[in-house]
Amino acid sequence: MASPQDTDRRLEALGISPGDEVKVETEGRTFGGILLPHHDFSEPGIVTIKLPSGYNIGVKLHASSRVALVRKSPHGMKGGQGTRHKARRGAGSLEKVAFAGTGGTIASFVDYRTGGVFPAMDAAGIVSLVPEISDICRLEGKTLFSVFSENIGSEEWSVLAGEVADRLNEGYSGVLISHGTDTMSYTAAALSFMLSNLTGTVVLVGAQRSPDRPSFDGYVNLISAARVASQSDIGEVTVVMHASSSDRGCHVHRGTKVRKMHSSRRDAFRSINSDPIAFVDDEIHYLSEYRRRSSGKVSVDTRMEDDVALIQFYPDMKHEDFLAWTRGKKGVVLAGTGLGHASTGIVDAVRRRVDGGVPVVVTTQCLNGSVDMNVYATGRDLIRGGAISGGDMLPETAYVKLRHVLAHSSGMEEVRRAMQKNLAGELNDRRRGGDGF
Amino acid sequence: MVSEGTALIKAGLEIHQQLETAKLFCSCPTDLSEDFSGSVIRRLRVSRSEMGEVDEAARLQTAKNESFEYQITPNSCLVELDEEPPHEPNMDAVRTGLEMALLLHSSPMDEIHFMRKIVVDGSNTAGFQRTALISLGGYVEVEGRRIGIQSICCEEDACRKIERRGDTVVYRLDRLGVPLLEIATDPDIDSPELLKAAARKIGMLLRATGRVKRGIGTIREDLNISIPGGARVEIKGVQELDMLPEIARNEAERQKRLVEAAARLSASPHSAGGGWKDITPLFSSTHSPVIAKAVRGGSIIGGTVLKGYSGLLAHGGRSVIGTEIAQRLRAVGIHGILHSDELPGYGIGEEEKRAIAVALGAGKGDAFVLCAAPEGRMEMAMQIISSRAEEAVKGVPEETRDAREDGGTAYSRPLPGRARMYPETDVVPIRVDSRLLEEIGRNLPEPFELQASRIVEGFGIHSQQAVQIAEEGYGQLFLETAGRHGNAAVLARLLLNNLPEAERASGRSFQGLDFIDGVMEKLAAGAFAKEAVPSLLACMIEGKGLDECIASLGIAGVDRDSAAAVISRIVSEHMDIVAERREGSVSPLMGLAMKELRGKLDGREISQMLTAEVKRRLASP
Repeated sequence: MASPQDTDRRLEALGISPGDEVKVETEGRTFGGILLPHHDFSEPGIVTIKLPSGYNIGVKLHASSRVALVRKSPHGMKGGQGTRHKARRGAGSLEKVAFAGTGGTIASFVDYRTGGVFPAMDAAGIVSLVPEISDICRLEGKTLFSVFSENIGSEEWSVLAGEVADRLNEGYSGVLISHGTDTMSYTAAALSFMLSNLTGTVVLVGAQRSPDRPSFDGYVNLISAARVASQSDIGEVTVVMHASSSDRGCHVHRGTKVRKMHSSRRDAFRSINSDPIAFVDDEIHYLSEYRRRSSGKVSVDTRMEDDVALIQFYPDMKHEDFLAWTRGKKGVVLAGTGLGHASTGIVDAVRRRVDGGVPVVVTTQCLNGSVDMNVYATGRDLIRGGAISGGDMLPETAYVKLRHVLAHSSGMEEVRRAMQKNLAGELNDRRRGGDGF
Repeated sequence: MVSEGTALIKAGLEIHQQLETAKLFCSCPTDLSEDFSGSVIRRLRVSRSEMGEVDEAARLQTAKNESFEYQITPNSCLVELDEEPPHEPNMDAVRTGLEMALLLHSSPMDEIHFMRKIVVDGSNTAGFQRTALISLGGYVEVEGRRIGIQSICCEEDACRKIERRGDTVVYRLDRLGVPLLEIATDPDIDSPELLKAAARKIGMLLRATGRVKRGIGTIREDLNISIPGGARVEIKGVQELDMLPEIARNEAERQKRLVEAAARLSASPHSAGGGWKDITPLFSSTHSPVIAKAVRGGSIIGGTVLKGYSGLLAHGGRSVIGTEIAQRLRAVGIHGILHSDELPGYGIGEEEKRAIAVALGAGKGDAFVLCAAPEGRMEMAMQIISSRAEEAVKGVPEETRDAREDGGTAYSRPLPGRARMYPETDVVPIRVDSRLLEEIGRNLPEPFELQASRIVEGFGIHSQQAVQIAEEGYGQLFLETAGRHGNAAVLARLLLNNLPEAERASGRSFQGLDFIDGVMEKLAAGAFAKEAVPSLLACMIEGKGLDECIASLGIAGVDRDSAAAVISRIVSEHMDIVAERREGSVSPLMGLAMKELRGKLDGREISQMLTAEVKRRLASP
C-alpha cells in the first residue's frame, strides 16, 4: 500500500504541491479542483481535493490513476493576513492597550480557498478579526510566541511578565494577552505573583470556539477584554471569559482564583472560592472588591523554583510511589480529599519529606471550599507531620505560588509563613453562602 | 420574446429527506419536542475570508444585527448548543446515503469529508451546517425519461424557527442535527408534471431504504427553475409533493410576465433613479384608511416616479413589477406600498391620484410608487424601490424565493454566492472502500415490482394495492407483519387507507410504524374486531397506547355467547319487523346489531349469527 510519502513524491515529481489546481482521472471518473494537504486521518494513497462546489473529497490514487497540473497556485497554501481594518476617526483620544499574543486559536484566520487556518501575528490582525476593538481602545503589539498552551511554562511566564512591566511602564493603560485556555489559569497565577504595583489592568483572554466560525466566542471575549484593559481601574492580573453559555457578556476573574471547569463550554472559566471581580457587557459592572491601579513603576520579579510537584491523592496511593515522585523535589503540593486528607501511608510519606526539609502544601481536590486539617484525625496527622495548609487556594495556584515562594524564601518556617500570607488575592477568608458555589 | 402558451421550463430538484436514526453528530433522539428547559442567547458574525470576499447573502444577514435565542429541548445536548465538538458521524445515516447512491447509479466518493458550510441566519448554532458529499452523478428513470442526478450529500438539519421578537429570532434545538440526505437532480426536467413525478420517484426510493422519517415536514423539496429568457430562481421549502406542478407553473408564468415587461421597457425611454419626495402633507385629509393609519402611526409617506413604467407595475388586474417591489420591501420589514397602477383604489380617488402625480412630477406614461415607512428608513426603502425597478429592464433577477402554501412564491434573498465551505476538522474522514460498497450493495432494498409480486402471490392482495404498498415503502413491513399475524387484507387497508385518514383528520403524523405490529398481533388474538382499526388509529395518533385505546374505545372483543345474547335481545325487541319482513328483516336489524357490536366482533360473523337467529325465530311457532 502506498504511504502518504509515496503519494507526496508522486505529486512532487509532477511539480504539484498543495494549493495547486489539478485534474485527477481514476477508475473512469474525473475530478477537478484544488489539491489540499493530506488529511492527518486520511488513508494513505488518498488525495484530498476541493471541488469547485466547495466540497472536499478524498480520491484514492491507483497506479493507473492520472494526475495533471492545471494551474499552479499563485501563493501556495500560505494565507495572507486578512483585511486590515482602518483606524477609526478620533482614535487618538482612546486609551492605548498593549497586545501580547502567545498562540492559541483565538487569533487566526481561515483561508476559505483551502480551508487552512493561519494565526494572526499582531494587534492589527486581532483588530481586523474584531473591528469593534478599535472603537474601544488603540491596540498595539505583536505575538510574542506561538505555542500550544500546554507548552507554556515559567520561561514564557517570565517573558510575559517582562513585557507587561515594560508596556505599563511606557504608559499603556493595560495589557491584553491572548492565551490558549487549557493552561491560562496557571499563567494568570504566575503573572499575579511575578508582578507587583500594577499601574494598569492585565487581561488574559482566550476562546473555546475557533475564530473561523460565526459562533466564535472570542468576539465577545476580546471586546470585553479590550474594555477591561482600557477602561477599568483594576490593578490586577485577570482572566476575561464568557460569563454564561449566552453571548451576553464576560466575567472578570482574579488571576489567582480562576479555573477552567469545563473542557468545552464557553463559560468554562469560573472564580472559585470568590466572586468574579466584575461582569462586562457594554460597560463594566463591578461585583466584588479588587486592588486599584497603583501609581509609580510596575516591578517584576520572575524568579521561580523549577522543582516542585503537584500530586493528587487517590485511594490506594502507594507510599513508595509518593516518595518516588517527590524524591529530590524542593516542594510538593498535595491535593488531598475533602478538608485536606490523605491515607495513613501518605501521611507517613509526607512526614518523611517534611523531615527532609521539603515543604508539603495541602489543598483540596474538591476545589470549592477551604482545607481545614483540624477537624478529622487524618488532617491532624498531616499537620503533625508538618504539612502546610493551603487554605482555599486552588491546587494549581498553590503549585505556582510555592514555586514563587521557594525562590524567595529559605527555611521551612519562612516558606510556611509566605504560603499562608495573601500575596496576590489567592487566599480568601470569607466564602459566601447562597445557591451554587 | 416568449411565445404564448405554456412557457418551456428548465428545472431541477433538490430533495431533503430526514432520516429515522439518531442525530448525525450525537446520540440524541430525533423526535421533535414541544418542551424546552431554558434558552441561551447568541450572536453570529461573518469574518471576511482571505480573498476579501464575503458572501452577499451572509453579509446582509449579519447586517441585520440580530440575536438568536435557542430553546434547549430534552432531545438536545452540548453538541447542538455548540458547546461540545461533534461526536463521530452516525454511520447509519452515512450508509443510507451510500445506499441511495447505489440505487441512483451515483458514484460514491472514495473518502467522505465533512465540511462546514457557512450559514448565518441563526438556524445553526455554530454558524455553519455540517455537510458531506457522498456521491456524484447518476440518474433516476421517471416515466421513461432519464433524469440526471447531480449529487447526494449527507448533512445536518437546522434548528426549528419558532418566532421573531424584534431583533431576536427564536429557534428550537430539537431539529438541529437530524440527519438529512440531500439529493440534487440536474436541470433536466422540462414540465411541471415531470417535476412531481421525479420527486415522487426519488421519495419512493428513499422510503424503500426503510430508514427515512415520515410525516409532515420530514421531506422538503427545493426547486430551481428558469424559462427561456428568464433566469435561475431557487424556490425553497415545498412541503407537499402535489404543490410542485402548480408552483412551477406559477413561477414560469411570473418569469414570462417579467420577460414581457422587460421587452416593453427596453422598447421605450424609461428611468427609475429620479430620487424621492416626502409628500406626507398631501395626505392631511386623505380618505385612504391605509395611508391615514400609517401617518397616525408615525410613518412618513414618500413618493418616487418611475418614468415610462405606467402599466408595468400591474397589468390587467395582475401585478407584475409592483409585487416584486413589495416583496423586496417586505423582506426588510417594510409593508406599506401603493403604486399608480393600482389607483384609484385603497380610498384614493382619481382626483387625489392626479394631485400625487402633480406633486411628484409624474407625466403621462410614468408610474409612481408611494411608501409608508419611518423617516429613518425611507431612504433605504426608496433605494430598494428604484433598484428593483431598474432590474426590471433585464427581466428576471436571479434570486431565492420561498414557496407559499397557495402555490405562489415570495422573494426571500439574493441567490447565495458559491457556498463558503471549509473542512470540519473535528470529524475524521470516512473511507468508502469496495468492501463497504459491496456489503451495502448486497443489502439493497428489493425492486418495487418484485416486492409487489411477492405481496400479491404470498397474501392474495390486489396487484394495484400491492404496488402501492411497495411504493410507499411499506413492502418490508407488510411482508413481515402479514407473515407473522395474517389478516393481510386488513393490514393493506390499514397502511393505505386508515393510516393516511387518521393522519389527515388529526393533522398529526405517526413518528414510527412499530406500533402496527402490536395492532395486528392483538387483532389476530381477537382482542378487537377489524372494524375497530380506524377508531383505534384515530386514538393512537393522539399519543395513547394500544391497550389504553382498546379500553377507552370499548372495543374489547366479546365472546360468541355474549354476542348471541345481544343479537337475541335485539331480535326479541323487534319481532314486529321480523314478522312483517321475514328474512328481509336481517338487513335493518343488522344496523342495530352493528351499533352495539362494532369493533368487538367481526361484521361477517355478526351477520351470520343474526341470520341464523331470525331463521330460528321464524321456524319456531
